[in-house]
Amino acid sequence: MDFLSTLISGLSLGSIYALIALGYTMVYGIAKMLNFAHGDIIMVAAFTVYVFATVLKLPAAATIPLAVLFCMLLGVTIERIAYKPLRKAPPLSVLITAIGVSYFLQNLALLIFGSNQKSFPKIINIPALKLGQLTIKGESIATLSVSIVIMLALTLFISRSKMGKAMRAVSEDKEAAELMGINVNQTISVTFAIGSALAVAAGVFYGATYNFIGPYTGSMPGIKAFVAAVFGGIGSIPGAMLGGILLGVIENLSKAYISTELSDAIVFAVLIIILYVKPTGLLGRKTNEKV
Amino acid sequence: MKKKIVFKEKYISYLIIVVMFAAAVVMIRTGTASRKLQSWLVPICINIILAVSLNLTVGFLGELTLGHAGFMSVGAYAGCIFSQAVQNVMPAAVRFPLAILVGGLSAALFSVIIGVPVLRLKGDYLAIVTLAFGEIVKSIIINLNITGGAAGLRGTPQDSNYIWAFALTLVTVVVITNLTESGQGRAIKAIRDNRIAAEASGIDVTYYRLMAFVIAAFFAGVAGVLYGHNYSITSAGTFDYNKSIEILVLVVLGGLGSIRGSIIAATLLYILPEVLRDLQDYRMIIYSVVLILIMIINSSEQFSSVKELLDIRKAFRKLFSEKQKGEALNDQE
Amino acid sequence: MKKFIAVLLVCLLSVSVFGCGGGSGKGDDDAAVIKIGGIGPLTGDYATYGVSVKNGAQIAVDEINEAGGVNGFKFELLFEDDQADPEKAVNAYAKLIDDGMNVSLGCVTSGACVAVTEEIKKDGLLMLTPSGSQLECTQYDNCFRVCFQDPDQGKYSADFIKEKAVGTKVAIIYDKSNPYSVGIYDSFIAEAEAVGLEVVTAQAFTDQSNTDFSVQLQAVKGSGADLLFLPIYAQEAAYILTQADAIDLDVIFFGVDGMDGILEKIGEDNIALTEGVMLLTPFAADSQDEKVVNFVTKYKAAYNMTPDQFAADGYDAIYIIKAAIEQAGITEIGDGFNEALVAAMVQITVDGVTGSMQWTADGEPAKNATAVVIKDGVYVAFE
Repeated sequence: MDFLSTLISGLSLGSIYALIALGYTMVYGIAKMLNFAHGDIIMVAAFTVYVFATVLKLPAAATIPLAVLFCMLLGVTIERIAYKPLRKAPPLSVLITAIGVSYFLQNLALLIFGSNQKSFPKIINIPALKLGQLTIKGESIATLSVSIVIMLALTLFISRSKMGKAMRAVSEDKEAAELMGINVNQTISVTFAIGSALAVAAGVFYGATYNFIGPYTGSMPGIKAFVAAVFGGIGSIPGAMLGGILLGVIENLSKAYISTELSDAIVFAVLIIILYVKPTGLLGRKTNEKV
Repeated sequence: MKKKIVFKEKYISYLIIVVMFAAAVVMIRTGTASRKLQSWLVPICINIILAVSLNLTVGFLGELTLGHAGFMSVGAYAGCIFSQAVQNVMPAAVRFPLAILVGGLSAALFSVIIGVPVLRLKGDYLAIVTLAFGEIVKSIIINLNITGGAAGLRGTPQDSNYIWAFALTLVTVVVITNLTESGQGRAIKAIRDNRIAAEASGIDVTYYRLMAFVIAAFFAGVAGVLYGHNYSITSAGTFDYNKSIEILVLVVLGGLGSIRGSIIAATLLYILPEVLRDLQDYRMIIYSVVLILIMIINSSEQFSSVKELLDIRKAFRKLFSEKQKGEALNDQE
Repeated sequence: MKKFIAVLLVCLLSVSVFGCGGGSGKGDDDAAVIKIGGIGPLTGDYATYGVSVKNGAQIAVDEINEAGGVNGFKFELLFEDDQADPEKAVNAYAKLIDDGMNVSLGCVTSGACVAVTEEIKKDGLLMLTPSGSQLECTQYDNCFRVCFQDPDQGKYSADFIKEKAVGTKVAIIYDKSNPYSVGIYDSFIAEAEAVGLEVVTAQAFTDQSNTDFSVQLQAVKGSGADLLFLPIYAQEAAYILTQADAIDLDVIFFGVDGMDGILEKIGEDNIALTEGVMLLTPFAADSQDEKVVNFVTKYKAAYNMTPDQFAADGYDAIYIIKAAIEQAGITEIGDGFNEALVAAMVQITVDGVTGSMQWTADGEPAKNATAVVIKDGVYVAFE
């Protein structure tokens, strides 16, 4: 019974990581950049929901679409201002800019909302599922199902839709894609818009599960989700899902059975071992080197 | 032509450090150095050592590592524990250089242990594994007794001062610039530019990658010892991934493969948030905006005409475009 | 490279202009101002503690100045950010010295405070840390503190639980990466063993995973504990209370002074979860004490939130400095200023919002902690 409840809480934690990792991997897969600010966009998304629902007292049905709209705009704006001028710069420059954006968002939130954490509005009300002694939180079920749905939808979108094909083309070779008549800038903007919309989903479920949000809420889950994305093979959408879930489960199992103090070290050690055995992550594409 | 530029570049780096040191001595001797300025001297040197040594792996070897703070903490703890153990046996003048060696070698040893398995990885995978390594070190330090656990390691003699710090900075810069110009350095750069071609021309890729990695870790350890002996407390929380990222920012801002750039970036970026203190609540926001702006201005094409005015810039652009070509090739696979 | 330098220089220049603008305004009647310098995290993960101390201290400074100051002096509070990092704290301290600080509030967090004590020792200033609870924060003769030291709290708690038979089987959740939490935990365990209090399980977490406590709570549930001791801060306690509710954990929650502020942190929606939570604290924001009511009212008016333990410590620290100045009969800042203040510290008794305090030469305050229990969202003294 204990094992089962640990497993379930691990799944719940893992599905949050997965939801965040999907955003990471999506942007990485297409734009080939590590958007270090993704965790902080989740924080902004959570605060947006907080402002709409708690401060402006809008109904939940209006809150989420508005938050999605706001964050998509934010994502595209960040991309236009901070990342677009660096399209031709070495990838590391873009990484540093993303770190700058991350600091900026954190400190802006600190300035506006203060250092105290805020209660996240209860906009998702799903009763807990009780099976005998086992309790499964409603939010956990919702998070897991939503992340699976999003994973499937993203996979379909990228493999089937016209925009998705354009994205894959941009991911393969920007210049060739441009020659084929694909608007590279627009495609990358759409990628960021989708990534930010995913951040809203992650922010809402994070807030609903843990109840509190603060200016630094996004940073630790962000870094763990980044780990999860690499774990699963960065750029791979099912990989992000798998990596996130596994990370959560391993984290909770090591807390329960090995050591609560060392659980983070254990998670990272498992990551190192997995990458040692499979250098491109669990579901990553293997690329052959050519001259 | 190119050789001459490199030659100049190297001595400019040394000169910057010597001038900074001379300025510090003059200001302190004449009593014109404010307390604030004095408290910056050692940390600036630590920053320079960290940035220059990380530049060896990120700039010259071309591998992104996010575990530099991990090596720094290994060095800091090893050096501090050593100093505490021999505190009553040796005078500071003997103890401190030994602590530097102990710290540097411990970090180097760790980098061999971690480097042998992880250096088969590349790119973002290597980055994440080194990040993971740093976090594991932090976790272990928190859980050990000898390191003082969460409360931090206290009671280390405060042996480091700005004279030691500048001397060690100069040593670091001299060693790393000379290394990059030597045969080994060329091998390392060849691996960065085209690994397969380097391998084909008989360069032992694994050996040279490990060498760059270990030397960088050694100096990170030295920086750690300096840090540990500059403050009366060393706590594990200081050396988290944020610290590694901070060092990476210095390297990228200063320019990959530019030692002089690392020195200047490490100095200015240390001073910037300190000078911004008067802006109070807006301090970190302005800092982040400056960071983004510098990156954009530094890499954008509109400003390239200004850059071409300088010969050295041209040489670097050439170096960069070669690198980008190399990467473009890799991307096409 | 050149561009990069140019941009930075422009920025630095604009900043120094800003800096001068701020500096020129306060040169009016310099002689009669005592500058009190505080350091604490105003940004970063621990920002909430630094901000609380700063706000609390500011209220005391304003009150004292409005009432005409002390011995002809006005107070001025300078407060610098250190992000809870020892290195930045030492830099902040150096800046405060440059700015003419006369009395130091040390640092808000313990690790940073220990690093600063080394500098304090060289300068001989009086240091009075509001909340640096680690033992070494007061290791030198001129260092004092307002809060309890960590080991004391763990000992008090264990004794209290045993004496009043609040619980018999104790479970603990503590923060392994936080010296405050580890300090209390260690002394609690030692004292529990000494007085024969049964500890059934001790679960840890770290700052890398301080939002999800499902595994730890499950272990507490499985251990059959009837009391959960939480030597942690209010924010983590808020997470624990909400998550314990989700798994129907039925124990008495028992916290220490760091848990003060839980009512504010947990938010109105979840206030019911705090019913029956006990904490051992020298400060209770809901106390009917006149001084506390005055402080809480002013704090709420100024910052729109209820002051917590940290704010109260900051507030008291300023009044303690005032008392020391009065006791020493200081009327001008000159030679012997620091020594006179330090000497006065062990002679004074201050009746503050965190209780009545006296100091030993070690820098430790002697004061009482009272146990409160939360009923209907209000602190009530425990009978």
